[in-house]
Amino acid sequence: MEQYSIFQPQNILTVSQLTGYLRQVIESDEILQDLWVEGEISNFTRASSGHLYFTLKDSQSAVRCVMWRNWAARLGFEPREGLAVEAHGGMGIYETSGQVQLYVDSLRPAGEGQLFQEFLRLKAKLEAEGLFDPASKRPIPTLPKVIGIVTSPTGAALQDMLNTLRRRFPVVEVVLSPTAVQGVDAPPGIVAALDRLNREVHPDVILIGRGGGSIEDLWAFNDEGVARAVAASTAPIIAGVGHETDITLTDFAADQRAPTPTAAAEVATPDKTELLGIVAELAKRHTTHLNALITDLRWEYGQVHNALERLSPKYAVDSYRQRLDEITLRLERSMGVRLDRMNLQVASLGQSLRGLNPRAVLNRGYAIVTREMDGAVIKGADQVQSGDGIHIQVSRGSIDARVTKTNQEE
Amino acid sequence: MSDKPTQDIQTMDFETAFSALQKNVAQLENEDLPLEKALALFERGQALAKRCAVLLEEAEMKVRTLTIDPSAGPETEG
Repeated sequence: MEQYSIFQPQNILTVSQLTGYLRQVIESDEILQDLWVEGEISNFTRASSGHLYFTLKDSQSAVRCVMWRNWAARLGFEPREGLAVEAHGGMGIYETSGQVQLYVDSLRPAGEGQLFQEFLRLKAKLEAEGLFDPASKRPIPTLPKVIGIVTSPTGAALQDMLNTLRRRFPVVEVVLSPTAVQGVDAPPGIVAALDRLNREVHPDVILIGRGGGSIEDLWAFNDEGVARAVAASTAPIIAGVGHETDITLTDFAADQRAPTPTAAAEVATPDKTELLGIVAELAKRHTTHLNALITDLRWEYGQVHNALERLSPKYAVDSYRQRLDEITLRLERSMGVRLDRMNLQVASLGQSLRGLNPRAVLNRGYAIVTREMDGAVIKGADQVQSGDGIHIQVSRGSIDARVTKTNQEE
Repeated sequence: MSDKPTQDIQTMDFETAFSALQKNVAQLENEDLPLEKALALFERGQALAKRCAVLLEEAEMKVRTLTIDPSAGPETEG
């Protein structure tokens, strides 16, 4: 065989034929055209054209990789030397050099699985320390005066939160403590921003959060230091990180978790429309009670009057009867004065307070009668005589009249 | 009636006015008060309710930003 191959070559290929044949074999192999491979990036180059060239290697082997510009533009992270990644693509051959290489169309940091393991480990550790203990959660105030916000000043999350707060509870004052929310600077930045709010502003509640993103984008909120700072905050904290499905250690450490930044702002504030309804209801209770009070006073007056009548002995001598009449009259007068004063106060209140009319007293048909000659309020028939002019104040207007007859009460 | 008993209300913030309104109605409803005092509470309650409503309807939310901590780094969000 060796002799043949050296001295009697049967079928000699050109280099081009060989690489062409290899290309055919490789490109017709289904496994080679759709595969994931994991390794560490080395010899990383970003060409001025935007294409990426690098080698993926493990402890024993290496494979060249190319990632064209249009795929590279979609990367959610910055590939760099030494980074463990998982690459997807298909194998091909670069015929100019005969180099077999992987044409990468998708690249992600290796070990999102590892991140999750790390997340679980930290979560268990902090949980064991009692950092997430429901008993240590601080209550969220119902009517905050000052709300602190810890987020990026340029993110959509901030605008979402501000719009929500403005719509629901514009009487609140908002203080933004700005910080990066992703990248290596984010964890210390978030801790510092929280600390400044607690130290300098003393808000009633703090909103912490950012908009949605990849698991790496949200990773700062899984930082142990951040979780500890959230748990230790003086002011209660509402966390709204990412989307509904994203749950970070910050969410666990916060006093309340909301699914999004917008929802966090909702949790922190009462709704304006509901509040206006409550205020109107409280105002109405004032009116209802005052009207009830007036009715009660009239009833009490009636009771006193009736009681005295019942006490009145039918067999009493005239003098005794007369004395009783005098007492009755005095009581009527003192009660009458109170009621008259009340009626006048109620009438004047009615003019100044919309809709809440103690004036309803007059509306219900009561009237105030005064003597024409001196304006004295008439409480007894003995105060006037036939022919006297009287003035009758009713709910709508007044009436001037003349007495034609008086009837003394028996 | 004189404005005096309700003058302080005009400078109240929402939280103060709202909790005063709640206390006011509780006092009116739960205490056996002479008419004079009840009328004063009534008037005060109406003024408090109006203050609350005006604040809610007309407030412009105040927003301020703490100066950026130099150690905070670039402000980025994906």
